[in-house]
Amino acid sequence: MGDEQGKSRQGDEEEPRIGVYVCHCGVNIAGVVDVEEVAKYASKLGNVVVAKDYKYMCSDPGQKLIQEDIKENRLNRIVVAACSPRMHEHTFRKALEEAGLNAFLVEMANIREHDSWVHMNQPKEATEKAKDLVRMAVARARRLEPQHKPRVKVKKAALVVGGGVAGIQSALDLADMGFKVYLVEKTPSLGGKMAQLDKTFPTMDCSACILTPKMVDAARHENIEILTHAEVEEVEGYIGNFRVKVRKKARQVLEDKCTGCGLCADACPVEVPNEFDHGLGVRKAIYVPFPQAVPLVYTIDDEACLGCGMCEAVCGPEAIDYEQKDEVVELEVGTIIIATGFDLFDAKRKPEYGYGRYENVITGIEFERLVNASGPTGGKLLRPSDGKEPHRIGFVLCVGSRDEKAGNPYCSRVCCMYSIKNARLYKEKHPEAEVFIFYMDIRAYGKGYEEFYRQAQEEYGIRFIRGRPGEIVEDPETKNLLVRVEDTLLGMPLEVELDLVVLATAIEPATDSEKVQRLFRLSRSADRFFAEAHPKLKPVDTLNDGIYLAGTCQGPKDIPDTVAQASAAAARAAIPMAKGEVETEPIVAFVRRELCIGCRICERACDFGVITMVERKAQVNEAICRGCGACAAACPTGAMQIRHFTDEQIYAMIEAAMRDEPEVAVKEVEG
Amino acid sequence: MSEFEPKIIAFMCNWCSYAGGDLAGTSRLQYPPNARIIRLMCTARLDPAFVLKAFAEGADGVLVAGCHIGDCHYVSGNLKAEKRVQMLKKLLPELGIEPERLMLRWISAAEGERFASTMKEFVAEIKKLGPSPLRGAR
Repeated sequence: MGDEQGKSRQGDEEEPRIGVYVCHCGVNIAGVVDVEEVAKYASKLGNVVVAKDYKYMCSDPGQKLIQEDIKENRLNRIVVAACSPRMHEHTFRKALEEAGLNAFLVEMANIREHDSWVHMNQPKEATEKAKDLVRMAVARARRLEPQHKPRVKVKKAALVVGGGVAGIQSALDLADMGFKVYLVEKTPSLGGKMAQLDKTFPTMDCSACILTPKMVDAARHENIEILTHAEVEEVEGYIGNFRVKVRKKARQVLEDKCTGCGLCADACPVEVPNEFDHGLGVRKAIYVPFPQAVPLVYTIDDEACLGCGMCEAVCGPEAIDYEQKDEVVELEVGTIIIATGFDLFDAKRKPEYGYGRYENVITGIEFERLVNASGPTGGKLLRPSDGKEPHRIGFVLCVGSRDEKAGNPYCSRVCCMYSIKNARLYKEKHPEAEVFIFYMDIRAYGKGYEEFYRQAQEEYGIRFIRGRPGEIVEDPETKNLLVRVEDTLLGMPLEVELDLVVLATAIEPATDSEKVQRLFRLSRSADRFFAEAHPKLKPVDTLNDGIYLAGTCQGPKDIPDTVAQASAAAARAAIPMAKGEVETEPIVAFVRRELCIGCRICERACDFGVITMVERKAQVNEAICRGCGACAAACPTGAMQIRHFTDEQIYAMIEAAMRDEPEVAVKEVEG
Repeated sequence: MSEFEPKIIAFMCNWCSYAGGDLAGTSRLQYPPNARIIRLMCTARLDPAFVLKAFAEGADGVLVAGCHIGDCHYVSGNLKAEKRVQMLKKLLPELGIEPERLMLRWISAAEGERFASTMKEFVAEIKKLGPSPLRGAR
């Protein structure tokens, strides 16, 4: 074969001598597939020197078994029939390396995920399938060639996307470790959703009081560069060497001149609903989202601005620049942390609760803003319909969570606790008030949460009614609300009249998560949140090397979990940066020059600009090749190939899938 | 005589559909055992000749499965596969093979159920068509 990798490398010189290892995986495989028969069958395949079955191939003794055979029987190719290669290929590659064999000379036959687990009631067919899969793996193994992982340098800089508490925490951790961090936030200020909250459960510390110092730390940190009012537009490259384009939207206020004095906003004659207060209050056309904004730089809302020039007239430092244009900043980073957060379920999608129709039905986040001292009412919770203090309040949980009809079967994980927190807050100020919580189950799983819940019941006298309200109707005269619910503990229907109803709306994937997914080539799990590389063992990695997840973009979580995950993501991202270099996949294109006719079809097939023509033959830039194989599939002569996925290897598998092999000789079989 | 059991070759991308198959496994979703999967890093690697080879070897059906449009790990590899499959579907009748014997499906890593239902559906479809006219021709 014309593979230009040297012939001197191991496994390349001699006839294949293959060892086949069939894993029982306890009873996971052996309970369905006749593993002994499969091993016996494998022993009769061409080039197979030894075939064995063993209880757990991935265990230490299992790996030792392979390693000893490699030495004793001079094996140069290994087939492991076990679980998915996505599960344990790495394990066996390491085992081969330890035994002095190139890591890429192992092939796995997936007889668990793709066989024993999906044909549980068909042991005969599953065993036949296992034999076929082993035969295919052996056929491919014969043609495997050693591969060497290229090493690439890792830039000691990270991009953190999203400036909520997760992004801030990740950025601070990485910056403290000495890495340069670019923290990109879409809105004009850091802070995210946490900045909008009033008190936090179960400690009742004020959200802003614990968050804003972190925001300031991030702004002051010499290793952190904050880009607010900015969005990532383009991402190229791979772990160690990402090239990112970020669009800094024009604020029409010069960041280096604005002192945040606020005279401009005082002078501005335009008032629009304030998104920070969920439209409950107003802001000016030139604004900061909230008083503790970081950076404390004003931004002109292009759509609302009349261009009257009042702000410019009062601005001492001459920071207003109506002509300011968007700026595209190019960054080079080694790793990326995605911390793009969540959005809230639109309560109007549950019309039976009347949100948007009944004035006195509000959402949890609106409650937070209304009880917050810096909120639109100065911290006084008043009924929207008549401005009176409500006496009877009800909190409805699981609005859009654990709700198949709403498309969200998952639990949002924070609603029980923040609703109990809000109920307690109100009772503290208004001990005479009657407060109800309508719940399906109370999920108080965190540290101190159950105790917090018990206190709410026992000391605060908050009434918990187990049942999901069927509907809420408004009395058109009083604007009071009638909640109809079946109390599932008493097994009887109830009607509860309330002055105010607060809906605990679900945490949903951020509205632009699809865009983020495409930009960073992430995948999403069934709940539509970004998927981690492994649900248990790689909870903050993604399948895209060098990109990590932090916070609620990966799934609903509370503040402590978000912060913990953000630190975890920073720690993971630091590994390649601390090492300074990483090994990358050797699965890239290569050219068999003698077959190349210079037709340039491969060049057009490649989306990454990897192929150039040198002396009328195709040449691959391996450093940027991603190994998708589009060029190889398009090549009319077979000159263009993908390492570890050559035409011969794939044809061999097709043939082996369809044809049984003639028996060679009876060889050693061990149990 | 026992019922006709088709032999199916499936080409699947590593990132989405093969992983979807793994999820079907961990979720213990049961489906017929007729397919033999060949893992590619991306369906972009699918040389149309692989499909023709599978039919020439007597496969009763060929399934190609990759990431949903827009989800491709390599951005647009699946679009290339889609074009090639469209081309093959026009070519196959010229070789005496019903185009229904070639199926293209997008199955994400999260779609274990879609993986299992695709297997059921495709096996049923091929059973209806009967053995490939090229079976035993090699």
